[in-house]
Amino acid sequence: MAVYKKIYRPYAGPLTPGWRRFLTIPRYALEDLHRSRFLTIFYIATFVYPLIAAIIIYLEHDLSALRAFNADRIANLIHIDSSFFLSFLGWQSMLALFLAAFIGPGLISPDLSNNALSLYLARPFSRSEYVVGKLSVVLLLMSLMTWVPGLLLFGYQAYLEGGQWMAGNSRIATGLFLGAWIWILLLALLALALSAWVKWKPAAGALMFGLFFVASGFGAAINNVQDTKWGYLLNISNLMGSIWVELFEGGDPTSTGAAFFRVAPGQRLPVWSCWAAVLTLCAVSLWMLARKIRGVEVVH
Amino acid sequence: MTPVIELDGLEVRLGGRPILKKLAATLAGRSIGLLGPNGAGKSTLLNTLLGFHKPSSGAARVLGLDVRTRAREVRGLVGYMPENDAFIASMSGVRFVRMMAELAGLPPEQALERAHEAFFYVGLGEVRYRPLGSYSLGMKQAAKLAQAIAHGPKLLFLDEPTNGLDPPARVRMIQLIQEIRDRGDLHLILSSHLLRDVEECCDQVLILKDGSIAAYCNLEEERRANLRFLELETRGASNGCFLEALEKLGCQTAQGAQGRIKVVLPEGLELRSLYAVAAEQQVQIRRLNHKRDSLEDIFLKAMEGPDGRL
Repeated sequence: MAVYKKIYRPYAGPLTPGWRRFLTIPRYALEDLHRSRFLTIFYIATFVYPLIAAIIIYLEHDLSALRAFNADRIANLIHIDSSFFLSFLGWQSMLALFLAAFIGPGLISPDLSNNALSLYLARPFSRSEYVVGKLSVVLLLMSLMTWVPGLLLFGYQAYLEGGQWMAGNSRIATGLFLGAWIWILLLALLALALSAWVKWKPAAGALMFGLFFVASGFGAAINNVQDTKWGYLLNISNLMGSIWVELFEGGDPTSTGAAFFRVAPGQRLPVWSCWAAVLTLCAVSLWMLARKIRGVEVVH
Repeated sequence: MTPVIELDGLEVRLGGRPILKKLAATLAGRSIGLLGPNGAGKSTLLNTLLGFHKPSSGAARVLGLDVRTRAREVRGLVGYMPENDAFIASMSGVRFVRMMAELAGLPPEQALERAHEAFFYVGLGEVRYRPLGSYSLGMKQAAKLAQAIAHGPKLLFLDEPTNGLDPPARVRMIQLIQEIRDRGDLHLILSSHLLRDVEECCDQVLILKDGSIAAYCNLEEERRANLRFLELETRGASNGCFLEALEKLGCQTAQGAQGRIKVVLPEGLELRSLYAVAAEQQVQIRRLNHKRDSLEDIFLKAMEGPDGRL
């Protein structure tokens, strides 16, 4: 029917499957994000490090290229091992934190400040689907800059080095995948929780950084005053560093973590406590979301 | 016919306080008005039917579906126009309505087409690409109606649809609601504290007071009954013969002072029969009024306390 024929008519056409409807949210959100030139440039820039890492892997296997630049001694400095991939994960994860701080606050707060949640939830669409839809925006973007290029690099190295290397270093691939997922899931949940509670976007973004840097400073103060190392439980980068080292190298690690996510020698907390702290943070974020994501807000 | 709404001892408590108290009713009309003063529980009832509040006891069914156990299916059948501003200010009108239609289950292409149609239908065709934040209050109300109907619901919840509208915009909104009602494709529940809105759009009305049902009546039947109830002013009918003649026709009568007579006509009896009897009895009918028991009377009666005060 032509749209200018001003008649109301019921809808009798096909419906999309219920499980697929949450994908509507990331589709619209990504269209909106794409309009921001700054964000687009930043996001493209996050792929510089993976590109450099790919070049390094290539150079390690093609000495003739280094010889052409009279730089064959550099080959002795290149080691493609767990530290190489940990560094990669560390850099990309720090960039993911910036990305989460940029886009996270804008995901839920506009819906809350415009009372749009009642319209979302008045449809055959649950609160969980809403949160999963919003999470998927952040998770998709952060996946593409962390574990996806990480596994591609691993695959590239395995291709050049051979199947034996791949079999001997499969722990790196698992570590890349799981380590990145833990980090981006934590970031995404924190970003959404802060976005739901702090309606002013710049404040929510600042709070995201505050949680990482101020909390770690507070933890360091506790360590100094109490002469303990349990203050590191407030240091999220330390927690993640410990978990990553465990995932990459097992129970007998040789490295101290990744860039920005290092664990001071002798200050390592038991890994179970790091997992418990990260899971607690995730649980608190989910609780915060459950409190705010409602069709109507009841003021007691 | 499946009732539109069934309330079976429905109680809703918020913050430990009962907001809806043991509501029991079966609403089956094409268009049902929810009437009551502010704070009577109208919006809470709508929110409960949408599954936003869990009943603390009792049950509610929408088109035969229990809102507690089948809330998702209920929401699939419902279009909701909330009372307050609800939109995303930075989105264009048509994009917002399209997104809402997609969330209701329409494929993207159909959602886009329906969003355009809905915008033209509510009279916002020319401004559909403008950000919603730049709309006037009347346009925002119309946009809210557009998002409520774009996915073609079976039941429409309208919460104070004329809130804040100037008289021409109100008339336009009421006309739209009447048009939707008269097409007969869907049922509508209109919640309002404005008697006129309900009177003009609804054929049944549920009146709430302090979270309880104060009255439930069929306005159509009331209007029809009013047509059978007459008040006559007569001359020459004091000997009682005229009343006897009317009773022989099947009328119920009551003699008042100064020649006034109240008459309830039986089904099928036409007014001209009264004039014929009056002519036979040589009685003059000086005035004939249909009783006009408006929604306002019904509402005021429902609001009366046990002591007769409002």
